[in-house]
Amino acid sequence: MHQLVTDLLNGNRRAAARMISHVENDDLIKRELLKELYPHTGKAYLIGITGAPGSGKSSLVDCLLQEMRNDGLKIGVIAVDPTSPFSGGAILGDRIRMQDHALDHNIFIRSMGTRGSLGGLSRSTREAIQVLDAFGKDIILIETVGVGQSEVDIVKTADTTVVVLTPAGGDSVQTIKAGIMEIADIFVINKADLPGTERTTTEINVMLDMKKEGGWRPPVVQTVSVQNKGINYLWESLQEHRIYMQESGTLENIRLERVKRELTDQVEFLLKNSVWNQVKEEIKLDRLVEEIARREKDPYSAASELLDKLNIFEQKAGEDG
Amino acid sequence: MNRRKIRVLVAKPGLDGHDRGARVIARALRDAGFEVIYTGLHQTPEQVAETALQEDVDVVGLSILSGAHMTLVPRIKKLLIDNGMGEVLMVVGGIIPGDDAEKLLKEGHAEQIFTPGDSLDRIIGYISSKF
Repeated sequence: MHQLVTDLLNGNRRAAARMISHVENDDLIKRELLKELYPHTGKAYLIGITGAPGSGKSSLVDCLLQEMRNDGLKIGVIAVDPTSPFSGGAILGDRIRMQDHALDHNIFIRSMGTRGSLGGLSRSTREAIQVLDAFGKDIILIETVGVGQSEVDIVKTADTTVVVLTPAGGDSVQTIKAGIMEIADIFVINKADLPGTERTTTEINVMLDMKKEGGWRPPVVQTVSVQNKGINYLWESLQEHRIYMQESGTLENIRLERVKRELTDQVEFLLKNSVWNQVKEEIKLDRLVEEIARREKDPYSAASELLDKLNIFEQKAGEDG
Repeated sequence: MNRRKIRVLVAKPGLDGHDRGARVIARALRDAGFEVIYTGLHQTPEQVAETALQEDVDVVGLSILSGAHMTLVPRIKKLLIDNGMGEVLMVVGGIIPGDDAEKLLKEGHAEQIFTPGDSLDRIIGYISSKF
């Protein structure tokens, strides 16, 4: 077993931090490490926190950490902030709200830049979750970037998704739009000491009651994170949703779905790599590109011919990948 | 392939409430393509070192305007070394008298010290040159 994996499984925080860097940087060693980690994953419960910029996601995470620590749980936090599309740099500032927990060794907080990913999470969030899961965290809180209406990758990643709103965020039509309003398992109206709280709460409740199907009905929880108000209700709702997910079998289903997606992604990744490796070796791609640019060929038939020439599918049959 | 992203922790240790300078530096580093982790004000040396560890940073940048640099900088450097992070590039900015700066550098508590008047280009050029 790789030394880094051994250290991580023994609870070494530096090893966990190094490992997340390896997956984030797409280092060559990444796949080997993840392979060895995989048997130790699948135990943590994943909670996603999403909402508009400045709605109070980081502060809520901070408050929740306290509640969860009171119950003796070990927690990992992944906080995502946007990477600049121009410079590639980023300001990762979610930690500012959580620094009171910096010295609690049962909490591990990691900030990540999106690095080109557009769905509200970073490219390597899922892999970083696996690292913290194997590291022995009971709960992993995933804070998305400040989102607009349609960055909904979190719902495919988390077991429970919390959508954080603030009072007076538009008229009631906003509550029935597709996208972020559909993915909540729990709604939080944060900054609930501001005017408009009751109206926003009512509008969301009305929207929720328009749904016909049975199953989980998302609660709407009012919080004031700077005064630590309502956090206990949020924590109760999170626990209730987890019980619902487990007892209804939904958790098992979405986790199977997630594994299926991981497998598909890996097959696509390996296939793509092996095709392109051969293409680079055997075919003068530049010449083909020029022919297409001169309109002597079209890209659709050129691609088919290329794959025919490689016989990739016959060769793959006997290989291990 | 892109060049590996360099991660920089910008931290304000101690009882010093002025973070405009730290924010300007953080912003300039962002525009130069660095990933900047900012911790906010009033961090203890232990918080700074633990954050550096969890975030696995390549550079720690301390902004100190309080006059406590001769205590804070060596303390943080020692905690980093204890954490197995002695290799991290330690850069200090603030109002650091020349004699103090010389001592901190000579004793290996920091790799570079910037004071008022140093340009953003110089600071970024220095950090970039190390990677």
